Amino acid sequence: MTTQAGWQRDRDGLGVWEHRGKVAIAGYGYSPLDRRWDGVSMDRTLGAFQVIAMQKAIADAGMTPDEIDGLMVCPEPAGDTWAQADRGLNRPFFAAPYDTEDGLSYTSAKWLIDEMARQGTPLTNLKYIDDKAPYIGPEMGKAAQAVGDGLAKNVLMTYNMGNVEGRYHLEEGIYSAGGRQWSAPWGWMTSAMMQHAFVFLQYCTKYGGSRDDLAPFVVNQRRNGLLTPWSFYTQHEPYQIAAEDYLDARPVAWPVTILDSDRPVQHAAAFLFTSAERARDAKQKPVYVMSHAQINKPNRSTMATLQDHEDVTDLLVKILYDGAGVTANDLDVFNPYDGFSVFTQTYLEAFKWHGVGRGEAFDFYKGDIRVEGPHPFNSSGGNLGNGRTRTAMYTDCIEQLRGIAGARQVQVKAETAACGMVTPTGNGHIFLSTVPS
Amino acid sequence: MSKTIPQPDEVSKPFWDAVDQKKLTLQYCSACDRLQYPVRPTCYDCGKSDTLTWREVAGKGHVLETMVVHDTRVVRRKVDVPFNVALISLDEAPYINFLSNLPGTPAHQGPQGAAVELFFEELEGSGGRFIHEWRVVGQ
Ligand SMILES: [Zn+2]
Repeated sequence: MTTQAGWQRDRDGLGVWEHRGKVAIAGYGYSPLDRRWDGVSMDRTLGAFQVIAMQKAIADAGMTPDEIDGLMVCPEPAGDTWAQADRGLNRPFFAAPYDTEDGLSYTSAKWLIDEMARQGTPLTNLKYIDDKAPYIGPEMGKAAQAVGDGLAKNVLMTYNMGNVEGRYHLEEGIYSAGGRQWSAPWGWMTSAMMQHAFVFLQYCTKYGGSRDDLAPFVVNQRRNGLLTPWSFYTQHEPYQIAAEDYLDARPVAWPVTILDSDRPVQHAAAFLFTSAERARDAKQKPVYVMSHAQINKPNRSTMATLQDHEDVTDLLVKILYDGAGVTANDLDVFNPYDGFSVFTQTYLEAFKWHGVGRGEAFDFYKGDIRVEGPHPFNSSGGNLGNGRTRTAMYTDCIEQLRGIAGARQVQVKAETAACGMVTPTGNGHIFLSTVPS
Repeated sequence: MSKTIPQPDEVSKPFWDAVDQKKLTLQYCSACDRLQYPVRPTCYDCGKSDTLTWREVAGKGHVLETMVVHDTRVVRRKVDVPFNVALISLDEAPYINFLSNLPGTPAHQGPQGAAVELFFEELEGSGGRFIHEWRVVGQ
């Protein structure tokens, strides 16, 4: 195993990224999308989906599996376990390779390597394996950095979101231990939802407006998702929502409602990072990596505040833009994270996309933000439009820059793109371009 | 209100012992001259542990914002929905904030910016354990 110390770009003053334009995404792939794994279909497990995405990414680049010399895997389970022994379900496992959680509720690098071989696409030349990569926000930057630093020539990077049948993340018991001793007694759920409800309320107090002002944005996210053939909504709820649906949505942690929240789904994606030179000979039009940036800022007190979120996203964008040597005017396609809807404006305003400054997002949302319009905001539809893939915003950036986004293809210039996830205080972002300089 | 019962650990035990004696004591870093809450093994700013002591604070604060829980995964609190969850800033150190259910204030009526005062609520089924809570002044 090769490890990278200090790969993050997480502080001011780093200037232009040393590998700006020298690393590219040559291929990408994604699996089908299911609401949940049904516990029966062994060709639709999380592991099976991840292998499909990996095979597609390699094929998309026009490469062969033996050309892949680097593998980056985030092994964190995103959903519940299959067995759910802690809840008394004790669901039995299956025949190998599904005789443990590995491949069902998460995928390890070893499991994926073994399964790629079983599926006839063995990765026989791996020299660099990162089997403990972070979630996709920072993982994208880490993969780009690995190629730039020469740890491998062709790094295949994976990310998946699992969702199995069963009760979802219940928090049971009378006692609250660890970090939860400071929050659960007052009914706090382990989720970004409540933190962002507070910051959103602070935003409305500071700048005016209310959750009603998010309606045009949430409605447009659904619209963009419905323009994506494989999205959850296209497959299962193929109708547009109206502003009234949003305004009347069932509250969960008011002002956050069910329509501010993303649907958990089962889905996997993979991205193939290579050098700019190699990408120029690849099958597809290269998408160059111009910069990456990460933020990881623990809360000072029980909760972060609006000021905290504005400060750290300002820093994030400065690192990212400085790294790419660009300004806000240079950013064409922009897919900020939307799980939950109530914090997307923090990113929009930090990136100053289309000139939107602090406190101006609600007015911007009232304008024409459709993909065919002048301000095609979040052209992917994000998690809200597709289901909680956490990767739709990345695949959309690549598709927009290649000009293959289909019904979602923006009509404005699409030569650069930025996206990232997850929350303002913990995230990674990447800046992409069709030209290396 | 069926609040869950905080389970003290080695670092937080002095805090909860003080709460049980109806005192709100926060960590204080003498090197940074900063209060700290929630309790941590080290100072948020300087990372030291031997500079941390305990300091009792006055129970005066203000409501930053109030959200309302309508649906929760915290099973013990399901019977309480809808209920307020307010974020309270401490007057003597506004960078310190606490959660509160604002007992006495109906759901969706959490007054933004209102003054609140500390009290200690006995926890159901805890055998005499308390928790720090806040209520709107005058209610
Ligand atoms: Zn200190």
